[in-house]
Amino acid sequence: MILVYAEHDRGELDPVTLQAISAAKALDADVQAVVVGHGAKDVATELAAFGAVSVHVGNHPELLDFTPRAHARAVNALVTANSPRAVIAGGTPRGNEVLGHLAAMRDEPFASECVSIELASGDTAEIVRARWGGNLLDEATVKSSLLIATVQAHAFAAIPADSPLVVSEFDVELADGDVLVRVEDRVGSSAGGVGLAEAKVVVSGGRGMDGPDAFVMLEEIAGSIGGAVGCSRVVTSAGWRPHAEQVGQTGTKVAPDLYLACGISGATQHIAGCKSAKTLIAINTDSQAPIMGYADYMVVDNVHTFLPLFIEKLKAATN
Amino acid sequence: MDIAVCIKRVPLLGSAIVLTADNMAIDTSKVGFGLSPHEECAVEAAVKLVEENGGSVTLINMGHVDGEEQIREQMAIGADRAILIDTNGVEPDPQAAAAALADAISADDTDFDLVLMGSESADYGGSQTGIRVAHKLGLPVVTSVKGLKIDGGIATCERAVGSTREVYTVPLPAVITVKDGLNIPRYASVPGRMKARKKPVDIKQVSFADSRITTKQLVVPVQEAKGATNLGTGAEAADALVEVMKQIGVLS
Repeated sequence: MILVYAEHDRGELDPVTLQAISAAKALDADVQAVVVGHGAKDVATELAAFGAVSVHVGNHPELLDFTPRAHARAVNALVTANSPRAVIAGGTPRGNEVLGHLAAMRDEPFASECVSIELASGDTAEIVRARWGGNLLDEATVKSSLLIATVQAHAFAAIPADSPLVVSEFDVELADGDVLVRVEDRVGSSAGGVGLAEAKVVVSGGRGMDGPDAFVMLEEIAGSIGGAVGCSRVVTSAGWRPHAEQVGQTGTKVAPDLYLACGISGATQHIAGCKSAKTLIAINTDSQAPIMGYADYMVVDNVHTFLPLFIEKLKAATN
Repeated sequence: MDIAVCIKRVPLLGSAIVLTADNMAIDTSKVGFGLSPHEECAVEAAVKLVEENGGSVTLINMGHVDGEEQIREQMAIGADRAILIDTNGVEPDPQAAAAALADAISADDTDFDLVLMGSESADYGGSQTGIRVAHKLGLPVVTSVKGLKIDGGIATCERAVGSTREVYTVPLPAVITVKDGLNIPRYASVPGRMKARKKPVDIKQVSFADSRITTKQLVVPVQEAKGATNLGTGAEAADALVEVMKQIGVLS
């Protein structure tokens, strides 16, 4: 049996969890899910629709919003009771955090950000995991009768595999300090503008923008097609744009339908954040810039002269 | 407030990764070294907290002895002292790394109020060392923090989730792992660099338990030759770009 930690935000399932279930289904038909916290039951139907043969819902009156160590405690109890061969979750901040706690509680290894998992006989698993935000792959052997692993976002496709809905509820037994660190409040809102991580189109600028002023053009392009503005690390380090807009290994990782890279050379730090785009179009004066190796289309031109022309054409097309 | 900051020396990659002949490491013969942006922010946060509240900043750097260079750079912006844990060329797995860091922290004469780390290292990216250190030390841990305030022995931490921020509070002592964007790290001043030369660095040796995650080989993912279609330049390219956007369905 493989146990998948299902990550949700107040009843809204994280999409990488479904990718984790599909990754687990390829290893064992008996995939069960564990989900904890307020709204947990709401996601059970979706988990079954992607192949979870059983959904364990952990309840505790103290567990409303996300509480990382308590979630790990709930997973840990199921591991002890059912001895799964592996525990898998999505490679997201929360997925990595909960399984990090689980691994620490059990003093077991934890292979985060896997792009491939094979369970060999006995206590050995052969995995490939992402280093450097996915710019380098680490082919490794994990020695444990319990593989704890997360799957890198977008590394596995989520494949529907309808299972009848079987839900079993259990009470989570907490230990001292398990609820000390939990979400107590949320600030800011998504009002006004499309979130970078969810945007279908990301219009991103780099060093070639030569300063904060030219980003007005990127805002105009993004605004006219319901996209979000992004940027490279150079841009946030220079203070041209807020850090929340940084795309890259230490910023946001995006997977839009279109990534429009304006004046971005394509350092590995940046590529780690944008290479999952379905279509990447790069505008750069240098046709040999590293970003061109990842591009589907290139415009070899200066952003300062090209973007005004493009905005005009875009206006004509959207009117 | 006494703060320990765990840092790691990593190669500064440009736009390509070159491996050694045995495919077991990155060829660092032609690259420089630095810290992950996450850790630069951790040091900046620690220095600022000590400026405001008094106390000390201790750097803990595990890795190659040449990491003294990164230690001196961070001392130049205000860290007071450092422990350099020499791994003798061994790359421990996160479990072993966390055990060694926790040992160094608990063995130190200073009772740290706060342990700061990056949320994940730039190179290995295991996303777990801070959590493991916290469990070893019996401390609470908040991860991936992008906003940090400390008042009356309580740390208020913000972490980005989509376009909102979650707020956590945690009593000190605690482990907090931070992300790039927490602050903008300052540049070292000339007097800062002069002072840094004289600050104490204790070098410790370490031996690790056998790794339970062992690398067979590293692979640079083959970049599918996408063979980007060249749309040309100027107005012609602008027209072509609009057409492509229609084709892929982002423009109706």
